[in-house]
Amino acid sequence: MDVKLRIKRFDPERDDKPHWQEYTVPAEPTDRVLDALLQIKGYQDGTLALRRSCAHGVCGSCAMRINHLNRLACKTLVKDVKQPIVIEPLKGLPVIKDLVVDMEPFFEKFRIVKPFLVNDETPPPTEWRQSIEERARFDDTTKCILCASCTTSCPSFWTNSEYLGPASLVQAHRFIFDTRDRAAAERLDILNAREGVWRCRTIFNCVEACPREINITKAIGQIKKALVYNRF
Amino acid sequence: MYHNYDAVVIGGGGAGLMSAIQLSPKGSTAVLSKLHPMRSHTGAAQGGIGAALGNLEEDLWEWHMFDTVKGGDYLVDQDAAEIMAQDAIEAVYDLEHWGLPFDRTADGKIAQRPFGGHTRDYGKGIVRRACYAADRTGHMILQTLYQRAIRNRVDFFDEFQVVDICIEGGACHGVVAYEIATGELHTFRAKAVIVATGGFGRMFRVTSNAYSFTGDGQAMVYRKGLPLEDMEFFQFHPTGIRKMGILITEAVRGEGGILVNGQGERFMERYSPNLLDLAPRDVVSRAIHKEVLAGRGIDGKEYVHLDASHLGRDVVATKLPDIQDFCRTYLGIDPAVDPIPVEPTAHYAMGGIPTDVDGQVLADETNRPVPGFYAAGECACVSVHGANRLGSNSLLELMVFGRRAGRHMAEHIVQTDFLELKTGPEERMREELDRLLAGTGSENAAGLRKELREVMMNKVGVLREQKTLDEAVEAVRELKDRYRNVGLQDKGRTFNMELLVALELGYLLDLAEVTALSAAARHESRGAHTREDYPDRDDENWLKHTLAFRTDGGVTLKYKPVNVSFFEPKPRTY
Repeated sequence: MDVKLRIKRFDPERDDKPHWQEYTVPAEPTDRVLDALLQIKGYQDGTLALRRSCAHGVCGSCAMRINHLNRLACKTLVKDVKQPIVIEPLKGLPVIKDLVVDMEPFFEKFRIVKPFLVNDETPPPTEWRQSIEERARFDDTTKCILCASCTTSCPSFWTNSEYLGPASLVQAHRFIFDTRDRAAAERLDILNAREGVWRCRTIFNCVEACPREINITKAIGQIKKALVYNRF
Repeated sequence: MYHNYDAVVIGGGGAGLMSAIQLSPKGSTAVLSKLHPMRSHTGAAQGGIGAALGNLEEDLWEWHMFDTVKGGDYLVDQDAAEIMAQDAIEAVYDLEHWGLPFDRTADGKIAQRPFGGHTRDYGKGIVRRACYAADRTGHMILQTLYQRAIRNRVDFFDEFQVVDICIEGGACHGVVAYEIATGELHTFRAKAVIVATGGFGRMFRVTSNAYSFTGDGQAMVYRKGLPLEDMEFFQFHPTGIRKMGILITEAVRGEGGILVNGQGERFMERYSPNLLDLAPRDVVSRAIHKEVLAGRGIDGKEYVHLDASHLGRDVVATKLPDIQDFCRTYLGIDPAVDPIPVEPTAHYAMGGIPTDVDGQVLADETNRPVPGFYAAGECACVSVHGANRLGSNSLLELMVFGRRAGRHMAEHIVQTDFLELKTGPEERMREELDRLLAGTGSENAAGLRKELREVMMNKVGVLREQKTLDEAVEAVRELKDRYRNVGLQDKGRTFNMELLVALELGYLLDLAEVTALSAAARHESRGAHTREDYPDRDDENWLKHTLAFRTDGGVTLKYKPVNVSFFEPKPRTY
């Protein structure tokens, strides 16, 4: 079958503003949208810029807007989306070229929440013990691949780019509820600030956008609760 | 632009990050990665990391060492296997202490599951040795290491493609990198450099490997006149999703899944009566291939079924959630109900840049190290995998040898000074890149890559013979000729992925030639290298490592002995 795509293009070396370009490529219905994009790039238009690596939804490179929703191009099948498939870069981050956005503002916010285990006690000679139930408390938020689909789908983030955003909150959650970590209070202080967790208006776009099916709003709710009741 | 760092790490995956974590407290450390480190292929590893913790039953590192040696069909350097099996335990505890969210046993220890070829008491039966976090162990390792590296304030240069390694006077003292966002070239002066760039499965049509797995590090080293070791040994993982090649972890079989042919037979009973579906990967991939050739594929086609439907919904959803997700997304099936269509998929390079057990790159068959130059991970060949790697030993290799290399580098950088760089190491690369950019040739890189992947899949795959291997060498050489005439449409400096893809194709072509030629020369069957015309292992003539050097005439092959100091080679049955 032939697939039609409508792609938002921008090359800072040539363009003053973005423009749309249409392509038609051969594809199988079960092909990924990424396959169609790489078919364009390989055989029709080598100037198209996009990121890609694993091609099966675990590396987080190819997050983009597909028919106005944030998706991984490698996890979206051609047969599941309406044509022409409208492809745009993620919203709310500066565009470098075509579908490639500058991720640094996103990772800067990631680093703010201390995204690493803090525990300066001398570790035991073997592993720290953790029960199956304790481990389960933060299982969901360990799935995050930092693709930025959630943060760049969030209206609160669009209107205020200082907001830490759902992805950073997910990362914070992953450590706050880990029994081995000792910096929960410190992290909660960071999240309690003006641009922290209270910017979340429970709009659920992030849950809809997450390619890892993390229940982000639930995780954020648990953080809010921990702040209100000072329990974690 | 010039930068000075005590140490430069090329690659932001498991081995690179692990070495950076060791280095960063001791000296300034830069990690250069063509991707953001979180996109590295370590993150795609699923099933587990092997270590004889004995959390669920008795296990000894000596058994792990033996399994590794036998699994590698005795081409393993046994001193390296000893270190890996021993250090494994500490490496896994390190990861746990840094926050890795392993699954847990009922008493709160790290959970462990069976994996192919891992046995108790030197082959007496299957043992639970692979430590895991659901079926995203690699993802959790990559995350944990990246988190730790951030905590250690490692300097990251994301989306910097290293294009040249500066080796002068027999020592390494820096690299040249291309900044993808701007097209600018940077020279990094360093006292020590480590290559940790991963594998090159992208030269095969059906592969589990990421687009980025194009062997850049190996090819750059090879172009410096340094050898590549045992490149003929490339692992086909038995269970890739049909046609797509997406990995379906061995943990599916570890949890009890079985392989079934078109006649509904559990065919592994015939090939491995003892370990059955948990035989090593080379054994299982050959078995699938033979079933298919005998017309016993599903509907007589090129694939078989991996059946996990008897495991129950709970096990699938909690132990194999990503596998369930892949099956739903790409196949529209639920593995808790339906069998998964699978075929062998190009997965892992056992061969690579020869190193000693401290990660130092070795320059020749006398094992002379190159001062200041290191390699670790899939791009390296220590060699702990020999002719066939066991599942869960690759994540382990990243940790153990990334760590050892990092520690050795940390000593090296305090004992040495910066070497003076000759002027303009960037200039040569600028010329080469400009030449590629200016190219108006008629050849299309995507088309050439597709042809290469067909050639390698069809002629240098699971089963091999002289005629097709020789044809592959010729075909790759022809593609190399045509590659000189490659033309680019994108002439820009900003995020020019077309330029990078062309560079990567050049790397793949070099490595494909070496792989095919090394395979054509080895007249025996050992591990993953199966010759239909030489069906037996031949220890008398071939218990030796291949070293491939780039010379003016093409490729020169030399050989060096294998360390067999502990376990005498024996017939390999499972």
